[in-house]
Amino acid sequence: MKIGIPKEIHPGERRVAATPASIKKLQKLGFEVVVETQAGQAATFVDDSYRQAGADIAPDAASVWSQADIIFKVRAPEFNTELNLDECDLIKADQTLISFMQAAQNDDLLKKLASKNCNVLAIDSVPRISRSQKMDALSSMANIAGYRAITEAANVFGRFFTGQITAAGRVPPAKVMVIGAGVAGLSAIGTATSMGAIVRAFDTRPEVAEQIESLGAEFLMLDFEEDGTGEGGYAKVMSKEFIDAEMALFRAQAAEVDIIVTTALIPGRPAPKLILADMVELMKEGSVIVDLAAENGGNCELTEPGQAVVKHGVTIIGYTDLPSRLATQSSNLYANNLVHLMSDLCKSSEFNIDMDDVVIRGTTVVHKGEVTFPAPPLAPPPAPKPVTKVVEDEIDEGPKKINLPLFIISTLVLLGIGFSAPASFLPHFTVFVLACFVGYQVVWSVTPSLHTPLMSVTNAISGIIIIGAMAQISGPIDSPITILSAIAVLIASINIGGGFAVTQRMLRMFRK
Amino acid sequence: MSEGMLIASYIGASILFILSLGGLSHQETAQRGNLYGVIGMALAILVTILSDQVSAYGLLLTMVITGLVIGKWLASRVEMTQMPELIAVLHSFVGMAAVLVGLSSSLSGAEFASHAEKIIHEVEIFLGIFIGGVTFTGSIVAFGKLRGSISSTPLTLPGRHLLNLSLIISSFILGVFFISASPETALILLLIMTVLSFILGFHLVMAIGGADMPVVISMLNSYSGWAAAATGFMLSNDLLIIVGALVGSSGAILSYIMCRAMNRSFVSVILGGFGAKKVSSTSTDEAPKEHIVIHAEEVADILAHADSVIIVPGYGMAVAQAQNTVSEITRYLKDKGVTVRFGIHPVAGRLPGHMNVLLAEARVPYDIVLEMDELNDDFPETDVVLVIGANDTVNPAAAEDEGSPIYGMPVLEVWKATTTVVLKRSMATGYAGVDNPLFYKENTRMLFGDANDTMSAVMTALKSN
Repeated sequence: MKIGIPKEIHPGERRVAATPASIKKLQKLGFEVVVETQAGQAATFVDDSYRQAGADIAPDAASVWSQADIIFKVRAPEFNTELNLDECDLIKADQTLISFMQAAQNDDLLKKLASKNCNVLAIDSVPRISRSQKMDALSSMANIAGYRAITEAANVFGRFFTGQITAAGRVPPAKVMVIGAGVAGLSAIGTATSMGAIVRAFDTRPEVAEQIESLGAEFLMLDFEEDGTGEGGYAKVMSKEFIDAEMALFRAQAAEVDIIVTTALIPGRPAPKLILADMVELMKEGSVIVDLAAENGGNCELTEPGQAVVKHGVTIIGYTDLPSRLATQSSNLYANNLVHLMSDLCKSSEFNIDMDDVVIRGTTVVHKGEVTFPAPPLAPPPAPKPVTKVVEDEIDEGPKKINLPLFIISTLVLLGIGFSAPASFLPHFTVFVLACFVGYQVVWSVTPSLHTPLMSVTNAISGIIIIGAMAQISGPIDSPITILSAIAVLIASINIGGGFAVTQRMLRMFRK
Repeated sequence: MSEGMLIASYIGASILFILSLGGLSHQETAQRGNLYGVIGMALAILVTILSDQVSAYGLLLTMVITGLVIGKWLASRVEMTQMPELIAVLHSFVGMAAVLVGLSSSLSGAEFASHAEKIIHEVEIFLGIFIGGVTFTGSIVAFGKLRGSISSTPLTLPGRHLLNLSLIISSFILGVFFISASPETALILLLIMTVLSFILGFHLVMAIGGADMPVVISMLNSYSGWAAAATGFMLSNDLLIIVGALVGSSGAILSYIMCRAMNRSFVSVILGGFGAKKVSSTSTDEAPKEHIVIHAEEVADILAHADSVIIVPGYGMAVAQAQNTVSEITRYLKDKGVTVRFGIHPVAGRLPGHMNVLLAEARVPYDIVLEMDELNDDFPETDVVLVIGANDTVNPAAAEDEGSPIYGMPVLEVWKATTTVVLKRSMATGYAGVDNPLFYKENTRMLFGDANDTMSAVMTALKSN
């Protein structure tokens, strides 16, 4: 089958749905790949590198769409007036389209695509369960958006992020507040702390506190009891009292911090307004707000989606294309997400949209000309098991109790031997017991890496049994005693020769 | 040579043997230790030949020299991956020699001053042969299992414990009769007992599975020592007693260390059959588990960008003969400034210290090959862990899942690293038959295929970067 990669036609979109590296992986799965010329140009992947990876280069979008069985795209199909090109017209029956879709907001588009009798897989509808993380493009894009939010802010912010004491004077560190510690929020926190800023973060879900702190930021606690954890790990709508307390917190922080990054989104609703106009006024001149929720209306009242504006001396960045602004990185990760999805679709060795697989079912929004969105809800995940603490092993050292039964038995055995055994036996027995203890003391300190040589050397010296055989070999040549002893001497010698030689061979191999 | 000189030389040989074992406790002194052993053995054999007991020099020297040559030949051609087999077969020789010496000693019928001394002598003969017999067949079976000519799954006959017990009891009863029997019947009883001890050794080891082989081998090592010690008592030879006791306790300690590393009692290993106490794991009720597959090029990529790497080899590496490729990758990464270390679980492989020998053969420096306890705390700071053909020894269930049959076994905590790559042929469970939650962890990647092939592919990809 053939996978087609058309050039994105959305104005300003720089990403591409496949990279030369991902094409190699797709070929391993058994696909041929055709790429529209210049498709990766904006993401620094030139046609030649695709060609080297083994892809065909097609001259225009129409030829890609007409020869491919599967189309990879970033943005949902749309109509570009400048090019006078409607991607929905290019799609053909039985073709499979994989791209972002925003299925919940794009009802008409879904119906239109369904009428073409094709299949559509929306990469942003992948169910959020642990095994589908490898194809969760929303997370990989959010990660990039979080990083880019900080670098965009750093770009317009007039100071260092990190605090320094220089010969020319002291530089205070920048203070950053991140609202919402999802993937994007955490990525922003990590980027800002690594640049040396003092970072605080707020989230309605108390369980993320640990993640925030693990990145070196401070979790802003709200003195209020309410858990904001909603379905699928997203946040839910909070009560009025909670929001009031939250606003008070933000107002207090706004006066203090230099940079605010907001990432608060609730699925299927407009973004909650968290930074009101009066809070922006409270902020210092030269401060920056980056609103990652701009596409859904913005978390800040003054955000203008797609724009960077200065209001009350504060730069408010409302770009909606942050991943596209880091096109090489985001194309890379997105292409990898698609490869993972393809390898799941090819589980039964050939390409198959298996509607019994929950991940594929959730992702498929149009199947054989029928709209299959929304997918039936997933069964709730099992309650997490309580963490069982592993009991620390007892430490070997330190005083130990005497093993009383063992002590009594050994005493009795020794007494019994002393009472009944003839005197000629006892010296040998003494030697035996002492040798056991010597052996114990000597061997106990052997390093584990020498266990094998130790075994082969003990093996060789247990060939000492040869002495027992030698003592009996000197009878008449045809007596059974002599024959048995001779055999014993032979095999014990093999042991001695073999054991020592192989030990030597091994020891010579060990080197520093 | 006088009796006094003989005993003095034996004392010298005993000291050399003790120094030999002591020398093996550290890498630096190990070669010298082996040399002490050789000198001790040469001294012991030489003075025995010169002693009054021996006159058949021609026969003796023929046998000794033939034996030494055969031994040397075996040692020079054995592959390091076949070490366990060689050790097993050498154990069987000691066992057989003990049986033969015991039989001939019984045939020679020495005179004794008192009745008590005679009884003790006969008990010694009996014990020597019994232990020798068990060691002999036990080692032969271990050899077969390690070679693969006998299936390594445990043979679990119904009533097998009863069978073992009745073999031991009948041997004991035979022994009681043997002591008071006339010389002719005594020989027959002795031969029957020898056969019984053969059966016991055979059955004991048949019931033990492949991954318990480190314990079996060290146990047989111990038995071969006790057999030598019993022979020493029989012949009133202190040198034999000392060496037997040294070897016996050394093997016993190794068995103990191996058992502790598996969190199992010695008795449960010896009685065999891990599968016997299958506990239904509590983790079956979770959502469908999915593993993430990775390709060699990606592994090369994450290795090339890592700061610290720990490689955890297991028996799978020995099977695939991948140690040389692994060593090549190690050298390459070290040259690039990556910290590479090896983490060895005490029971990895089929022989105590098996992995160390394989890695040494592949010229991995021993100071980067560390024990479990030495680096288990370092996993959280490690970027990449490569698990090569190990399974049960890296199973998080041993630490986390109280319902798991291997709960409590000390394991290498590889899952704490940033990324863990598991090289495996398929998703099959390990020796213990326990599913391994490691494979489904979010930071675990599976690289399927023969370890040598996949490692070679990783090496190629590293070089082409």
